[in-house]
Amino acid sequence: MTQNNGHPQPAQPAQAAGQASDRADSQAGSQAANNQAANNQAGNRAQAPNGPKSSPLYGILTALGILIFAFLPMILSTLVGRSTPYWLDVVNTVGLYTILALSLNVILGHAGMFHMGHAAFFAIGAYSTAILNLTYGWSIMATMPVATLAAGFVALILAWPIIHLRGDYLLIVTIGIVEIVRIALTNNIFGLTGGSNGLVGIARPSLFGFRITSPKHFFYFIWTVVGLTILLFHWLENSRFGRARKFIKEDTVAAENMGVNTSRYKLMAFVVGAAWAGLAGTIFASRMRTISPETFVFSESVLLFTIVILGGKGSQKGVLLGSFLVIGLPEFFRGFEDKRLLVFGAALVVMMIFRPQGLLPSKQAHYKLPPGWADRLAQLPKPETNGPNGKRPPNGGAPPVAKPQNAPPEENGA
Amino acid sequence: MYDLNFFLQQLSNGLTRGSIYALIALGYTMVYGVMKLINFAHGELFTLGAYFGYTILVTLGLAGSLGPPMAIGFSMIMVLGLVALAGHLLERVAYRPLRHSDRLAAVVSALGASIFLQNAIMLKWGAQYRAFGADLLPNVVFHIRNFNLPLVRLLVFVAAIVVMAILHAFIHRTRLGLAIRASAIDQGAAKLMGIDVRKVIALVFIIGPALGGLAGLLVGLYYGQINYHMGQMYGLKAFTAAIIGGIGNITGAMVGGLLLGLLEAMGEGYVSVAWKDALTFVVLIMILVFRPTGLLPERVAEKL
Repeated sequence: MTQNNGHPQPAQPAQAAGQASDRADSQAGSQAANNQAANNQAGNRAQAPNGPKSSPLYGILTALGILIFAFLPMILSTLVGRSTPYWLDVVNTVGLYTILALSLNVILGHAGMFHMGHAAFFAIGAYSTAILNLTYGWSIMATMPVATLAAGFVALILAWPIIHLRGDYLLIVTIGIVEIVRIALTNNIFGLTGGSNGLVGIARPSLFGFRITSPKHFFYFIWTVVGLTILLFHWLENSRFGRARKFIKEDTVAAENMGVNTSRYKLMAFVVGAAWAGLAGTIFASRMRTISPETFVFSESVLLFTIVILGGKGSQKGVLLGSFLVIGLPEFFRGFEDKRLLVFGAALVVMMIFRPQGLLPSKQAHYKLPPGWADRLAQLPKPETNGPNGKRPPNGGAPPVAKPQNAPPEENGA
Repeated sequence: MYDLNFFLQQLSNGLTRGSIYALIALGYTMVYGVMKLINFAHGELFTLGAYFGYTILVTLGLAGSLGPPMAIGFSMIMVLGLVALAGHLLERVAYRPLRHSDRLAAVVSALGASIFLQNAIMLKWGAQYRAFGADLLPNVVFHIRNFNLPLVRLLVFVAAIVVMAILHAFIHRTRLGLAIRASAIDQGAAKLMGIDVRKVIALVFIIGPALGGLAGLLVGLYYGQINYHMGQMYGLKAFTAAIIGGIGNITGAMVGGLLLGLLEAMGEGYVSVAWKDALTFVVLIMILVFRPTGLLPERVAEKL
């Protein structure tokens, strides 16, 4: 925590803070605004992080966008006519990947764990649904919670011993997990998974007696789930749980020192993300009606990983954009089928060189001071090390290098 | 079936396969040691080596015109050089601009490079399997009592071991090798000692890919056929080998590779062929859980 960065902000007049809160996140609606007003009056407590600053216009545009999107099947049918089902299928695939990528985002984007085995939990969800449906005759909507829990449970068991692993080690272990799951599925484990042929003839989901069959039905089904996922994870992000995860991502050691049980939060993030991938697996199984191990390979995990990173890790908008770009955009280049991945690979490299933070990175959360505090902070004497404008003087006003108190004595021979 | 003979068969098979894993693992461990980066494209450089060898030996037909021993020697040298060049280009394009950026950005760039190279290989040489001719090497089999040792198995093993011995001497006996080891332990301190770490990274990206490419050629000779996506599985396994040996540790990678090859051959022989790959990854997870720094870790004080 550097003093320099923090310093200029508290010096802002209190009114500015008030204005900012008026313009605050209109997406969250009037309820949030009321809350903020209440907070302003209550005064003494630090407020929840602001979302990205946005105008009412932004909220209106978002609402308009959602409204237009809701009529996409009709719009498509006037635009492309008979190939509407095909394009709806593309949009549905994008939706499915959005759900998966959002769930990975909880693990990779928020908690900062390099998890490249997400396809494993997707597979567990899909196979749970398929087995329960085909062998035991459960309806899809009944298998959905079970598949979600199953993926979460397996994630809990698998992640328990590995959650403490750092960066690349976790990456390679999760790759190992996805390979083990694929091999187990291919080898027809427990005689349930149908080997490399997979499972065929999974039922369609039905909601209150209404069977979801056509691409149009699935469009509304999948994108409703996408919407719910966004709301759920948005809420999670701003809960105590989400703030803890952000802290862990920014600085694990500091978080630990502040008493955050990092392993517990990491494990929770992992389990929540994996469970949600299991839910996506249910939708996938009932949409495709056929599943086989080839769907759940390492490269699938890589694809999800890149969606999250390309879009901007930690940002739901980024993830949404990422899945449209990675899954949707290539459909426009069907003619270059064999060269698409070549371009994709090159694009990843170029992207990481020029915009490593992703297309729509999540904005740094900034915490506003309660009214009154800004003035009090401004009256505090500035730390001596700070020169004018809060910048360090050129002579490097760094504090004198203190000798570590427990420094070993100078070499005194053996 | 499970007699001494079978055991020796699996042992020799495992050592040969392990020596190939070791060659690939060296590239991973050297790059990781110096840059703290998993070079996901390393598996593809390995594949590239196999295809360069295929082009030289089969497409250009050098095996016929030079005779097998000369042709194979020549192709090895060519593959070493060409893949080293490819590795150097890769480092310049995909990794050098990212040296000071986020770890994750480098990982994704490596993944992108891997996807790019794999598809470039597929577009250049086709998606189907390519066969090294059966007549490339004389089909000699040594018989020691009941134990059969094909010449190609011996050749692959010896070639891998000789190259690794040379590398080992280079790393431990020369000043450049010392610079590589020093940079792997602490880049900052190495810089202060006057080591040009940029040059070390460039060097590592020449030696590693060269060895990986050679391994690709050896796989082609040993198994007789190659495909464009074989680098993925070999890469993952070799990385596992590097971790078994303690990543960053060059001797460890050699030992880890041989161990993994033996483990696989024994697992295949005594447990199940279908599950042998799963066995590899279970071992990987076990090692990382119980001994995260590998079996032969570098003795380095770990900062938080």
